[in-house]
Amino acid sequence: MSDAVLKVRDLRTQFHTKAGALKAVDGVSFEVARGRILGLVGESGSGKSVTGYSILGLIEAPGEIAGGEVLLDGVDVTRLKGEALRRVRGAKIAMVFQDPMMTLNPVLKIGTQMIAAVRAHDKVSRKVAWERSRAALAKVGIPSPEERLDAYPHQLSGGMRQRVAIAIALLHSPAVIIADEPTTALDVSIQGQILAEVRRLADDTGTAFVWVTHDLAVVSSLADDICVMYAGKVVETGAAAEVIASPRHPYTAGLLASVPAEHEPGERLPQVPGSTPSLANLPPGCAFAPRCFKAGPACTTTPPVQHFEGGRTALCHYPIESDSCPPPSSTSAAYQNAS
Amino acid sequence: MIGFLIQRVLQALMVVIAMSIIVFLGVYAIGNPIDVMIDPASDQALREALIHRYGLDRPLIEQYFVFMNNMLHGDFGESFIYRLPVINLIFSRFPATLELALTAMLIATCLGIPLGLWAGYKPEALSSRAIMAFSVLGFSVPTFWVGLLLIMVFAVELGWLPSGGRGPTTTVFGIPMSITSLEGWSYIILPAFNLALFKLGLLIRLTRAGTSEVMSSDFVRFARAQGLSEGKVVGLHVLKNISIPIVTVFGLELGSTLAFAVVTETVFNWPGMGKLIIDSITVLDRPVMVAYLILVVFLFVLINLVVDLVYGQLDPRIRVKAAS
Repeated sequence: MSDAVLKVRDLRTQFHTKAGALKAVDGVSFEVARGRILGLVGESGSGKSVTGYSILGLIEAPGEIAGGEVLLDGVDVTRLKGEALRRVRGAKIAMVFQDPMMTLNPVLKIGTQMIAAVRAHDKVSRKVAWERSRAALAKVGIPSPEERLDAYPHQLSGGMRQRVAIAIALLHSPAVIIADEPTTALDVSIQGQILAEVRRLADDTGTAFVWVTHDLAVVSSLADDICVMYAGKVVETGAAAEVIASPRHPYTAGLLASVPAEHEPGERLPQVPGSTPSLANLPPGCAFAPRCFKAGPACTTTPPVQHFEGGRTALCHYPIESDSCPPPSSTSAAYQNAS
Repeated sequence: MIGFLIQRVLQALMVVIAMSIIVFLGVYAIGNPIDVMIDPASDQALREALIHRYGLDRPLIEQYFVFMNNMLHGDFGESFIYRLPVINLIFSRFPATLELALTAMLIATCLGIPLGLWAGYKPEALSSRAIMAFSVLGFSVPTFWVGLLLIMVFAVELGWLPSGGRGPTTTVFGIPMSITSLEGWSYIILPAFNLALFKLGLLIRLTRAGTSEVMSSDFVRFARAQGLSEGKVVGLHVLKNISIPIVTVFGLELGSTLAFAVVTETVFNWPGMGKLIIDSITVLDRPVMVAYLILVVFLFVLINLVVDLVYGQLDPRIRVKAAS
């Protein structure tokens, strides 16, 4: 992936608290190429959203980016400040947030907000900005966009609002869009429409997406590549189809085993035992070891990055071997035995 | 919309009626105004005649209905003391108070909102802490004391500004005004600032609280992610969202400033309504008190009505509820 538009290298984001510095993002690296969709997967508290915010420099005190770089076409975004950072945001990297009820200002018309977004980067007249906003709404499949521009957010459904948010992100044809669980708050049919829309946009416009989600079903149908995060670290990367077919990291396997669609109705769902550790109180070595069915004596030391065919990696002492790759059911059995 | 207005007018009528009854009963309970007005040495016959002349010998309920009946015909009665129609008396003082109150609100708003925005935008900055400390002083230090201090410093020590009174006025549309001339400003600025201080403190705190809340909201983060400048984020997104509580407090404060600028008017010898009402209370000049308080109720109702209409403009979600 030498043509990557976004390269995140060893990104570290900390939050300073009374309990000390919490490493919410601890050495995360990944790349996204033009027109590709990267699924950034993890449970709540894994640091995936903070990674997204860090890329746009949206981390506020007491948080700070403690190290690493975010290269956008070779420019390190983490070093930009003030006006230079503002020029990148929205124009080269855009972001869509999780809750469409909260991301649009309730007291401003959609049109007002979109026109402001257009004019943040292009000095055009309000009329031109309005026309571009209309076109952007039409592009994401919103019917009668003229009327929507004159509406307030509360007059639109959740799905429509999220489309508006995506349209705003698309206004300046950014190279990269970070989407932070944008379909989580929507019902499944709307989610499906939006995912199809996003896939089409990535293919048509060449925009690269970083799709932050906890939902493996979404990733499997949308993403080209997957990056699984746990406790601030990337634990597994690879092409989406391969990772889902044969996970290397026990954590990924556990996540996959707990997808309901894979199981008989009425059957008890296997779970990954335990819960995500507090960042203030991480176990030594591999953070996942206490919950892992494959944990061994080496796991109290920092796990190595292991490379596999197809450019895949896993951060593990005892990765699941491809030839002994257990089908989902046996993985779940392993987890059920462990719990 | 029409239904809303009718409902409001009916509400206002109820408040005016309740108010008039309370004031009537209250003044009746305090004592007989004749005792205050008349020379204690006068004989009983003169006393009886006066009581009869003012209708004070009739049952309270009858006095009340006579008064209300007259009021409905636009006659608020005659002051016991000044022997002038109450309405003329009040409106001869009203422009001075209105001018003072509006100038005070202007000062409070023009300083309070920007300072509050700044304090909410940069809560950790030294300047913000200074602003907040000032705001605490603003509404905790007594008005009369600040007034005296202002006179001491600016009128007595520095001699820059006059110590009291209204100074020369020019007549605009038949209303005497101070703020139309520079000299008029030199008279109004100290009392207006004195009166503004409490509201200034309040508006700073209110604006700051709203700003710091809105700054952490998702839509502000989203606006920043779109590359909006900080000026646009604050000016477009924050300001409109915090405006509802500000407008509410502005309305209430405007009303109470108009009605109860008494302390400042007394300290600066400002010839407004506040002084009139205090004088009337001391001599139990009932017609003036009742008419004045009814005017106050009317002002509050009017201001609240305007505030409610402004809400709809500021927040579309309220408009929807009102329409349904």
